[in-house]
Amino acid sequence: MFRLLSAPEPAAGPVTITVDGAACAGLPGETVASLLLRLGHLAVRTSPASGQARGPYCLMGACYECLVEIDGRPGRQACMTEVAEGMRVRRGVP
Amino acid sequence: MTHATIVIGGGLVGMAVANGLADAGHEVVVLDEGDDAFRASIGNAGLAWVQGKGRGAPAYAAWTRLSADLWPEFAESLRAETGIDIEFSKPGGFDLCIGDADAEIRSRKVEALQRQPGGGNGVVMVDRNFVKERVPDIGERVVAASWCPEDGYLNPLLLLRALHRRAADRGVSYRPGVRAERIAPAGGGIRVDARDGTTFVGAAIVIAAGLGNAELCRQVGLNVPVRPVRGQIVVTARQPIFLRHPTSTIRQTAVGSVMFGNSEEEAGFEPVTTGGILARHAERALLEFPRLADAAVVRAWAALRIMTPDGRPVYDRSPTLPNVFVATCHSGVTLAAVHARVLGPALGRGEIPPQCAAFASARFDVPAALGT
Repeated sequence: MFRLLSAPEPAAGPVTITVDGAACAGLPGETVASLLLRLGHLAVRTSPASGQARGPYCLMGACYECLVEIDGRPGRQACMTEVAEGMRVRRGVP
Repeated sequence: MTHATIVIGGGLVGMAVANGLADAGHEVVVLDEGDDAFRASIGNAGLAWVQGKGRGAPAYAAWTRLSADLWPEFAESLRAETGIDIEFSKPGGFDLCIGDADAEIRSRKVEALQRQPGGGNGVVMVDRNFVKERVPDIGERVVAASWCPEDGYLNPLLLLRALHRRAADRGVSYRPGVRAERIAPAGGGIRVDARDGTTFVGAAIVIAAGLGNAELCRQVGLNVPVRPVRGQIVVTARQPIFLRHPTSTIRQTAVGSVMFGNSEEEAGFEPVTTGGILARHAERALLEFPRLADAAVVRAWAALRIMTPDGRPVYDRSPTLPNVFVATCHSGVTLAAVHARVLGPALGRGEIPPQCAAFASARFDVPAALGT
């Protein structure tokens, strides 16, 4: 559903991070939300109120729908966090 | 010659009145400021609150109760007509008492409300067990509460949107980016001049411009000394639903966010948050619901709400231009149903509703007239 609009800079090497334990190649400068969407992870958690699936929506820090666990800290906004080498992302953590 | 009624203000009060006017068959034009307006309508927490209103003012208690009675049907009709569910619920609400002294003061206020003409809108004191049965997560220091089965809440942003959509569906002409600055007679009608140089002529005018009411009313011989009162609100990350009854300071939204804070500050026209107030809100919230200690705060905001000298609404008619009316209040959410269903149609008939006689602005003139 989501894809890159342009090829990444040739000089920019991939950033290796793990999503739910699986190694993934992020692009320097992209957000965790961008990576998750490119990987097809439209849902990253469930609503604590309704149990419905939720995923990155506003992509600008306002809606708080894209919360994931990053490096052991729950409730991080994927859309406001840049990927970094060695980062560990977990979905589905309230 | 135009037959239109011009409503100045596209917030909750103006749009509720505009809907009521349109329902009564009137041609309506709404003049609204830009998105830089202070707009109390989008800054409040969304309580449709009955207890705490009208102590010492039976007419205000009755007017509030009438709105609470109209709300379920009005919310349902908004959903049916616009497709927008404003998340209205009237489960009854608590004002929690922290400690015995707090409970003692509250019970005296509740008794005073119950004794006044018209009664107390069903407000009663209840003990800790009553609260805990309905809201199990209350803190240890909550000893009692006042309870009102008429209290409810809704999503104020969705309410404003639903009122706009319903008005548009009924042919109301909405003119954004128009800041009304002058009201004057013009031929057989009344003219409204806007800051951008545009002019509108109507057969009748309803001033519902929030904090702009003081100046616009002055031009038509009405003394409506509204002032800004700052409210600060804190919002947490979404939580599992634990709070099905709002309290006077906390509610949980349909999606699980917890909103708290009920400060009222005299801070002029400065809608900014301050650390001290937000910390006080958090302390109070933790006393009411200790489980919030683990909740992340995701945002906070300040809004300027409208306050009249006695906190009650003002509905009145200009003594100099009889087809010019003012409608203003602090509780645009709570009163939206009665504004749409009763006030708007009455203004369309050129009348202030009879039960609103006590809300004329002349009450602010009495001390001056007496020289006190």
